[in-house]
Amino acid sequence: MECYRLTIHEAADLLRRRELSVRELTQAVLERIQRTDPHTGSYLTICETDALAQAEQADRSLQTGHPPSPLWGIPIAIKDVILTKGVRSTAGSKMLEHFIPPYDATVVRRLKDAGAIIIGKANCDEFAMGSSNENSAFFPSRNPWDLTRVPGGSSGGSAVAVAADQALAALGTDTGGSIREPASFCGVVGLKPTYGRVSRFGVVAFASSLDQVGPLTKDVRDCAILLQAIAGHDPQDSTSVNFPVPDYQATLTHGVQGMRVGIPKEYFVEGMQPEVEAAVRRAIAVLAELGAQPVSISLPHTEYAIATYYIIATAEASSNLARYDGVKYGYRATPAGNLQDMYLHTRAQGFGSEVKRRILLGTYVLSAGYYDAYYLKAQKVRTLIRQDFRNAFTTCDIIATPVAPTTAFRLGEKVADPLTMYLSDIFTIAVNLAGLPGLSVPCGFDNQGLPISVQLIGKPFEEETLLRAAYAYEQVTDWHACKPPL
Amino acid sequence: MHITLQDIQRVAFLARLHLTPEEQTALIEHFNTMLSYVEKLHELQTEDIHPTAHAVDVPSPLRDDVVTNHPNTDALLQNAPARSATFFCVPKIIEP
Repeated sequence: MECYRLTIHEAADLLRRRELSVRELTQAVLERIQRTDPHTGSYLTICETDALAQAEQADRSLQTGHPPSPLWGIPIAIKDVILTKGVRSTAGSKMLEHFIPPYDATVVRRLKDAGAIIIGKANCDEFAMGSSNENSAFFPSRNPWDLTRVPGGSSGGSAVAVAADQALAALGTDTGGSIREPASFCGVVGLKPTYGRVSRFGVVAFASSLDQVGPLTKDVRDCAILLQAIAGHDPQDSTSVNFPVPDYQATLTHGVQGMRVGIPKEYFVEGMQPEVEAAVRRAIAVLAELGAQPVSISLPHTEYAIATYYIIATAEASSNLARYDGVKYGYRATPAGNLQDMYLHTRAQGFGSEVKRRILLGTYVLSAGYYDAYYLKAQKVRTLIRQDFRNAFTTCDIIATPVAPTTAFRLGEKVADPLTMYLSDIFTIAVNLAGLPGLSVPCGFDNQGLPISVQLIGKPFEEETLLRAAYAYEQVTDWHACKPPL
Repeated sequence: MHITLQDIQRVAFLARLHLTPEEQTALIEHFNTMLSYVEKLHELQTEDIHPTAHAVDVPSPLRDDVVTNHPNTDALLQNAPARSATFFCVPKIIEP
């Protein structure tokens, strides 16, 4: 049996019925990684020894009872910006190439407590900055549907690992689309939760007012299971919100009867790949056939979102990445000279070119004389973008849009032109600025056989509504079940 | 707005990044592209708009003043590029 192809809930059923052991499952996934990862470059570190030891232990404890959680014995990939105790966590950067964290991120600890097996650390753009995974300091991941194309980014390795059955599910992070865009490019389900829903403790910071951890999974039920495990207040992250976590699986089957689905005219614009628009419109029509009620809405400040984002995100990045000074951990250059020279050369050699571009732009917009014109201005426009959503949600329950204007592009196609690369996040970025949950759900393929997804956007802390709509859609379509030829 | 080589050098020093001459030249173009792109924000009237720093309106939480992280020198120093006993080592700071 090709048990690496299972979803979390399918594997959990077999484990509970003792028709599969955790060792068999873990071994199968590791073999799948060994066979296919040389083509996809999904992993930066594979935790073979630890994973097998964890698996043995999980099997032993199952001899005396039932699995205590649906994640018990499930192999999961972790994006390499998320810290794992004793396992190298590089954030895709040369700066942290040899960094071994002394503690687990809260999300990792929660997965371990639920009995999940950490199978490896997934490749990503350096410090989660990128939309193609080509900014990884080590090697790019490749799209399993077409190895000459990018998997999206920055959680590219996580998306590929799930799409190529090299993990049953994965965690990623999303600052401007970094879960949803790669999920879309690789044909898997990806959720960016509401800002504050999931702890960021132990996650390498990029832009702290935007970053959020979330699941990448093979179907919507798995997404609910994984969100359930990681959501909730964490005293160690003061931005995590102490707000009740609902039972996400309990409401999955409640359907979309009467649910108002907002369709923003600003998200269906000239220049989109026609097959993307057609697939997303078909997905909305399917929701309507299931009883949902499409309504036209407007998000008038959409065209300002990317400009706002590239001021706020770079400003926060310049501040967060000031910590990499070659003193306490990470790479250190050893030039002749004083401490100042050590700082200058450590950062010059440790960071890649995209990270440097963002640190410098962020430093500029925060610097004396420019703060009001750029940073403060962007924070005010951020308010207008939030208000757009607040107004829209008075007439609809969820919003449906494309995830990206195109399907996966070719490796190298956009690397020489950063602004063009940034524009591929045009439909995902506003969701981070407004702090809302956004779910990427497979909804078709283009004529090259590349996956397309619809994005469902919800009100703050209403992930269950998104999951319910996506689950209803998934029951009558089979896009999520399509597998890349690998 | 036109960015000069001096602007790039000033910002690079603020960010403590050594740049090669080639990087500096490329950054002039990148900055000009990005700054003219974000110029579109100035189409919007925002005098009376309150800035958003965080998307979720929750007050800063307070907690009891109790120690939760206990001293663990070895764990803190294990990733140090250079250490001596229980100290981080850095190049000489005080010039003679």
